[in-house]
Amino acid sequence: MSAHATPRSTTYVVRDSVTMFRRNLRHWLRYPSLAIMLVGQPIAFLLLFVYVFGGTLGAGLSGVAGGGGRGDYLVFITPGIMVMAVASVALGTAIEVALDMTGGIIARFRTMDIAQVSVLTGHVLGAVVKTLFAVVVTLAFALLLGYRSEAELADWLVTFVLLGLMAFAMTWLTVGMGLAADSVETASNTPMFLVMLPFVSSGFVPTDAMPWGLRQFAEYQPFTPMIDSLRALTSGEPAGNALWLAVGWCVLIAVGGYLWSRRLFTKVPTK
Amino acid sequence: MVQDRHCLDCIDLGHQLMELVTATRSAAGSKDKGLTLTHGQPSSMVRMSGKTAISVAGLHKGYGDHDVLTGVDLEVPEGSVYALLGPNGSGKTTVVNICSTLLTPDAGEIRVSGYDVQRESDQVRRSIGVTGQFSAIDDYHTGRENLKLMADLNHLDRGRAKTVVEGLLERFELADAADRRAQTYSGGMKRRLDLAMTLIGSPRLIFLDEPTTGLDPRSRRELWQIVREQVADGVTVLLTTQHLDEADQLAHRVGLLDGGRIIAEGTPAQLKSRVPGGHVEVQFTNAAALSEVAAVLPEATSDPDALTLRMANDGVASLRRLLDRLDDDAVTDLTVQSADLDDVFLALTGHAAETRDGAEDETKLERAR
Repeated sequence: MSAHATPRSTTYVVRDSVTMFRRNLRHWLRYPSLAIMLVGQPIAFLLLFVYVFGGTLGAGLSGVAGGGGRGDYLVFITPGIMVMAVASVALGTAIEVALDMTGGIIARFRTMDIAQVSVLTGHVLGAVVKTLFAVVVTLAFALLLGYRSEAELADWLVTFVLLGLMAFAMTWLTVGMGLAADSVETASNTPMFLVMLPFVSSGFVPTDAMPWGLRQFAEYQPFTPMIDSLRALTSGEPAGNALWLAVGWCVLIAVGGYLWSRRLFTKVPTK
Repeated sequence: MVQDRHCLDCIDLGHQLMELVTATRSAAGSKDKGLTLTHGQPSSMVRMSGKTAISVAGLHKGYGDHDVLTGVDLEVPEGSVYALLGPNGSGKTTVVNICSTLLTPDAGEIRVSGYDVQRESDQVRRSIGVTGQFSAIDDYHTGRENLKLMADLNHLDRGRAKTVVEGLLERFELADAADRRAQTYSGGMKRRLDLAMTLIGSPRLIFLDEPTTGLDPRSRRELWQIVREQVADGVTVLLTTQHLDEADQLAHRVGLLDGGRIIAEGTPAQLKSRVPGGHVEVQFTNAAALSEVAAVLPEATSDPDALTLRMANDGVASLRRLLDRLDDDAVTDLTVQSADLDDVFLALTGHAAETRDGAEDETKLERAR
């Protein structure tokens, strides 16, 4: 018995998480319609904003001599669109978690001697990979539309690390929402604010174009430093304090989401 | 379900009669006390080690105002099969969920494989396998991938995982469908896959919650056979069922759950001896043959209009006497109807085996929480 002195459930966190991560990715491959919808969402927004609103909004961009055009607006909103990709996948994760909880297999996992948290980390790790994939696809679309970046490779690396961190943080939050939801419908509604919040940030128009109250909100909400950091990084400029603020928000959201999710998962009996 | 059982009995009749004859013959000449009379009855040669696999004392569990379990006590020796018999809402699933660490009890001392279910849940989980009432497979994975997933979660090394997975696919007749998504499986195949997943880690104790609910008679038999093989290997089984014949087929001991407690317990034979036994019904082709047989069997009741004769099935001797009187040509049908859950409940509780008042479905209640 001494070999089992430490419960396996702590020894096998990594191994079980990797197993659950593989399960999660396999679901994505086997049920691609959800995946297509989630990757399609930021792309649809990209096309909408560039071609429908881009001409007018681009002309109003401050800081561009004589106003900008569609092309300048594309560069301006690309970071915001990347954040939308993060939010979109996070929303999908809430749905996946809620779906998973209605199936009998969760009861099986709960009666097995595995690291119980791996049921959740599988979803989170899966979401990080999916987010990076969604961002790459979105960027490819932006490039097709004429997006060009002057950033160095190192800046792009930091960009992707930050995006991964954002995905990690936001999915811990949406995993909790998926667990808290009493139905799959609820799980697909509660995280909607994550998709809406980037609109009230520095993502689509400069915040100084907003009325006072809204502007305060836009400047202090977590998406703004995230978008500002991405914008600086992808244009090869120093991100400054915004980056540290963004990382701070991510850590805060991740820890909060994790603790909340863990509590919900251990509390909920067979559901 | 009644029709189902009728049908089963008909299929079974040939076997049963043959076994009856064989059994009577050997019973006369041997002292093998393990021999029993029903087809497929579990052998009483239980490989018990003398240790207790499950011990439950004073188990209480309620949801809000509704008490599901009001003091359950039971002991399951290692290597034996214990069946919890009861209607919907009697608390069977709750007992299984508590013993398998899914739910926490309100009160009671519950030890599984020697460990306390609450304080030592990791050790309990390491020793058990559970096949719940609801399909616990991953629909988007193929049969092989489902088993591989379980092998990984049981931390088997690659080589061993492959051997075990392929072995189980063969043994559970899933090899041909191994690379199809579990979504496309039939009810029987899903159940087999479910059980195979439970067995990956070679648990010494398995919980089966209504393992054959929703299965056709053939799949039911196949599943029973699989359970028997496990028992032959010395595995302890706690199963729940709504069907007396299933408990009869598989269990060494049966506990009758009603109103949140066990109201009767014993071997299937002991329980059946406390209830009115089943009966045999013979369908004749003509009235003459019927009255001829009826004349020599005064204890039987005959219905001249329907051309049937009905006799209580109270043992081999009476059956043999009946069979001796029957002429092949004069009989079109013969059915053996055994006592069912309703008979048992009526005899032991004075009320029929109905879902408890206001209990709805136990599982629904749990889900609603």
